Amino acid sequence: MSEVGPEGYRVAVVTAGLREPSSTRLLADRLGEATVLAVTERGERIELDVVDVRLLASAMTNALLTGVEAAELGDALRRVTGADAVIAVTPIFSGSYNGLFKMFFDLLGEDALTGTPVLLGATAGTPRHSLAVDHALRPLFAYLRALVVPTAVFAATDDFGQVGPTKRSDDVAPLAQRVTRAAGELADLLLSRPRKRPTDPLTDFTPFTHLIPTPTPPAK
Amino acid sequence: MQFGVFSVSDITTDPTTGRTPTEHERIRAVVEIAKKTEEVGLDVFAIGEHHNPPFFSSSPTTTLAYVAAQTERLLLSTATTLITTNDPVKIAEDYAMLQHLSGGRVDLMMGRGNTGPVYPWFGQDIRNGIGLAVENYALLHRLWREDVVDWEGKFRTPLQSFTSTPRPLDGVPPFVWHGSIRSPQIAEQAAYYGDGFFHNNIFWNIEHTSQMVALYRERFEHYGHGRADQAIVGLGGQVYLHKSSQQAVREFRPYFDVAPVYGHGPSLEDFTAQTPLTVGSPQEVIDRYASMREHVGDYQRQLFLVDHAGLPLATVLDQLEILGGEVVPVLRKELAVGRPAHVPEAPTHASLVAAAGGARDATVYGEGDDVTGASPDASRADEQVVTR
Repeated sequence: MSEVGPEGYRVAVVTAGLREPSSTRLLADRLGEATVLAVTERGERIELDVVDVRLLASAMTNALLTGVEAAELGDALRRVTGADAVIAVTPIFSGSYNGLFKMFFDLLGEDALTGTPVLLGATAGTPRHSLAVDHALRPLFAYLRALVVPTAVFAATDDFGQVGPTKRSDDVAPLAQRVTRAAGELADLLLSRPRKRPTDPLTDFTPFTHLIPTPTPPAK
Repeated sequence: MQFGVFSVSDITTDPTTGRTPTEHERIRAVVEIAKKTEEVGLDVFAIGEHHNPPFFSSSPTTTLAYVAAQTERLLLSTATTLITTNDPVKIAEDYAMLQHLSGGRVDLMMGRGNTGPVYPWFGQDIRNGIGLAVENYALLHRLWREDVVDWEGKFRTPLQSFTSTPRPLDGVPPFVWHGSIRSPQIAEQAAYYGDGFFHNNIFWNIEHTSQMVALYRERFEHYGHGRADQAIVGLGGQVYLHKSSQQAVREFRPYFDVAPVYGHGPSLEDFTAQTPLTVGSPQEVIDRYASMREHVGDYQRQLFLVDHAGLPLATVLDQLEILGGEVVPVLRKELAVGRPAHVPEAPTHASLVAAAGGARDATVYGEGDDVTGASPDASRADEQVVTR
């Protein structure tokens, strides 16, 4: 994990591309850089922390099968849980996020992203998959009670070669513009929210004196 | 320091032969394993409680009483007793009975259970898991310590003027451990009562175990039961032994690779690195387990899983011979070195009786009719009706 100043916002970038190099990682990096710019422009400091779930694939499988959590996986889960905001980017497979992406969020725990600003991104071979962001990714993050910004960025392979509007009637704004708009929305939401407090699962209990009517511990 | 074995009571196909034992064979095998545990000089035999195949052990007190009758000094325990779905009244009755029959050679480990459907099968809701563990144990704790209990809670029928019988042997309830893997609330519960905390770390890395135990120790001291390093800690473990470490790996790998729970997952090497599983020579097992106290402090109980995943009885008995003959005697010596005098041993019936100022008969003599349990007045009224 990168060194984070006490006042810098910590933004985790979760990217689930399978290949190296990966166009999903490319989009994740662009969303991350744009978010750094947007937060900096608003006068705040920010640190990005990239989690490439490809590197955790075996550890995630083992954790789901056996409950044994490898150190690098536990570390990644803690970093994302503790982030002030999350940029989550996945390739679209068969109309939805890929399996690795879902495994990571399955392992994250139900309350990990409650109230956390999230920017969604997705990649696919053709623009015809673009609605997968809204019909597959948004429900997942709604379940996790995350605050997903209105603009999600979908990048088809063609988007990486397009810099300005063309003459076609169904054209969308160029990728760079969509990335900038989405990052601005994330920055605005992030800066309007209280900082996430560091999470320590070991403090997650109710003192027994609050659970048991007797005021003093029983004699042994 | 107590050493012993705990069994999950799984009935699993032996992957090297394709043979699956019958329930009857496996039940008889577990009795043999328990007797061998005493024979080779270990201290504790514990068995789990499950309510679904492939496990046979739904009724641990029956098994433990049978073992108690055939052993002399073996301490009998559970791993675990479901405090969530069992009626705490029945636990109080059953284990007080076992205490009497075994001459005090019994303690229990409370657990919530990790099989979701057991909750609805027993009329409970898994979302109340922690609440059930808290309330049921609070009642159990009172039933063993108060002769007459009036009680009302969220999950169980209220009790008025209830006496759990038999009363605990010598007026001293069995010692209780609280088993937990990841719930700090259970560490807190163990600490509050001054009970033992057993971290079943067989699927966890030692760093996590270390944090959970540290939390329990800190809260144990907070509640005034003694210093943090005097809290009563137990750990799980898993070993497969052979005098040649390569041969140990060769023999155990086929069982590991397809074992319930962790089979088809991590490699034997990864799992060995990440959990306490140690497959190797006696010296390797000694080295690994002698180092546990560096992470959790000087502790009181170490239980090993040795009989699962389809390992045949003969192999398990061999494992116990090596464990009791070559491993545990050395561990006892090594763990005694540098152990501060103020760190207690795990409580036993004898030590609890001594702490209570001696044994007392706790029998509650009923005033009512011996046969029906009806009140004296009612029984006299009946007699009058009969005699008229």
